[in-house]
Amino acid sequence: MSVPRHWRESVKRYRLIGSKCKACGKVHYPERTVCPLCKSRELEPFQFKGNGKIYSYTIIWAPPEGYEYCKPYAAALVELEEGEIVTTQLTDCDLEKIEIGMPVEIVLRKLFAYGESGIIVYGYKFRPVLPIL
Amino acid sequence: MKTIKDIGIVGYGAYVPMYRIKNSDIARVWGNDPIRVPVKEKSVPGPDEDACTIACEAARNAILRAALDPKKLGAVWVGTESKPYAVKPTATIVAEVIGATPLINAADWEFACKAGTEALQGALGYVGSGMSDYAMAIGVDTAQGQPADALEYTAAAGGSAMIVGPASEALATYEASCSFVTDTPDFWRRQYEHYPKHASRFTGMPAYFYHITNAAKNLCSEVGKEPNDFDYVIFHQPNAKFPMAAAGMLGVDKEKVIPGLISPYIGNTYAGSAVLGLAAVFDVAKPGDTVLCVSYGSGAGSDAFSFTMTDKIDEVRNNAPNVKSYIGRRVSIDYATYARYRQKIRM
Repeated sequence: MSVPRHWRESVKRYRLIGSKCKACGKVHYPERTVCPLCKSRELEPFQFKGNGKIYSYTIIWAPPEGYEYCKPYAAALVELEEGEIVTTQLTDCDLEKIEIGMPVEIVLRKLFAYGESGIIVYGYKFRPVLPIL
Repeated sequence: MKTIKDIGIVGYGAYVPMYRIKNSDIARVWGNDPIRVPVKEKSVPGPDEDACTIACEAARNAILRAALDPKKLGAVWVGTESKPYAVKPTATIVAEVIGATPLINAADWEFACKAGTEALQGALGYVGSGMSDYAMAIGVDTAQGQPADALEYTAAAGGSAMIVGPASEALATYEASCSFVTDTPDFWRRQYEHYPKHASRFTGMPAYFYHITNAAKNLCSEVGKEPNDFDYVIFHQPNAKFPMAAAGMLGVDKEKVIPGLISPYIGNTYAGSAVLGLAAVFDVAKPGDTVLCVSYGSGAGSDAFSFTMTDKIDEVRNNAPNVKSYIGRRVSIDYATYARYRQKIRM
C-alpha cells in the first residue's frame, strides 16, 4: 500500500470516523458514498464514540506478513454502541478470557511498520474496558 | 518565573502499559543479586505500543478531564527521548488522533528525562503570555536499557499529559516555576546508537541531586516558601531511592513524597516520570493543597513548578482512569517475552 493511501485513510482509522445516512439515519464504518440500506447518496461524516462489545472473535496464530510481531492475537467483530459492527484487532487482553459480549473500548496502537525504514502505520484496536479505581 | 495571565492545569491524563517484568528476573538472567535491585518491577510496552501510542492515551485522558474541544488547543508538545521516528514529529500524530489539527502548533521536545516538563514550561509560557488559550504538554517514553546494564532494571514506559489553560478553569493553579541547567554529561545517546550510555555514580551528586535541589530552592525562594511548606512534593524518579534522598536534602517530610512516588512499581518512565508522579498526586490531592514538582533530565537540568489545587479537581478526577488504575492493571512477563516485546533480539 502506498504512503498516500495510508495518509488518506489515517484520520478515519485514528478516530473511527464513518458516515451517517441523512435519509434513514444508518451509520457505517468505514464511510460509504451510498447507503446500502436505503441507497441514498446523502451521507455525512459520523464520529463513533469507540465503545462496544465483542460480537465474535477468533485467535490468529498464522498472521499475514507484517503482523508476526504480535502473534498470537485476537481478531474480532466489535458491535459499536451506535449499532455498526467493525473488524478489529484486540489488544491488552488475555486470549483465554475473551468472551462474546465483553465490553471493549477503542485504543490507538501500531498496526504494522514497513520494515526498519518505512512508515509506521497506526490505527484503532479495541481492548477490555479499563476500570477506574 | 511567573506568567502575565493567571493560568493553571485544566486537564491531566496518565497512561502506563500493562506489562511488568520483575527486577529479580532481570537480575537472575544476568547473574546479579535478586535482592539488591533498584525497583520491584518495571512497566514494559506491549508489542504494539510506542511513545506515540502512549502519548495518545494520556492525551485522550487529559481531554476527558478537561472536557475541552481539542480544536481549542493552541499547541500539542510531546517531550520524549524515544520518538518512533528519528525525523517526523510524534506530536502531529497525537494532534491528529485527538482531533486538534490543523490550526495548531505541534512539535517534539528533547531533554532526556525532563523533556516532558520542558514541554510543560513551554505550554505555561504559551498560555501565560496570551498566545493561546490552551496548550497540551506530554511527557512520555518507552525507555531502553542495554541488556545487563544497570539501567535495564529501571528503563520503563509510560506517560502523562497536562493541558494548560485559564486559572478560572483550572484544577490546579500555577504559581511559578524555575529551570536550572548546566552542561553535565551524565547520560547520553549518540546518533544511530540503540542504547544510551551513562557515567555511573556521576549521575548522582553532581547531576540529579545538584540540579533537583537547586531548582527547588530557587523556586521556593521566588515564591517565599520552604520545600517542606508544600503538601505534596514530586521529584523525578530514576529509582526508588533518589527521590527520598532528595527529600532528605531539602528537608521535605517523606510522607509528602510517597503519594507521587510510583517508580517502585513501574520503574523510571524517563520523560514521563515527573509528570506521572504529578498525575498521581492530582489523583489524591484535595482543593487548597499545594504541590511542588521537580523534574530532572540528564545533560542536565531540572524544572520546578508550584501548583495549588482548586475545587475543580473533585469534579474531574474520576472522568478518566487514574494512575493507581494503571499501576494495578498488570501482567507479569518473563525475560524472554520482555526481550521479544522490546526487540532486544535483533534478527
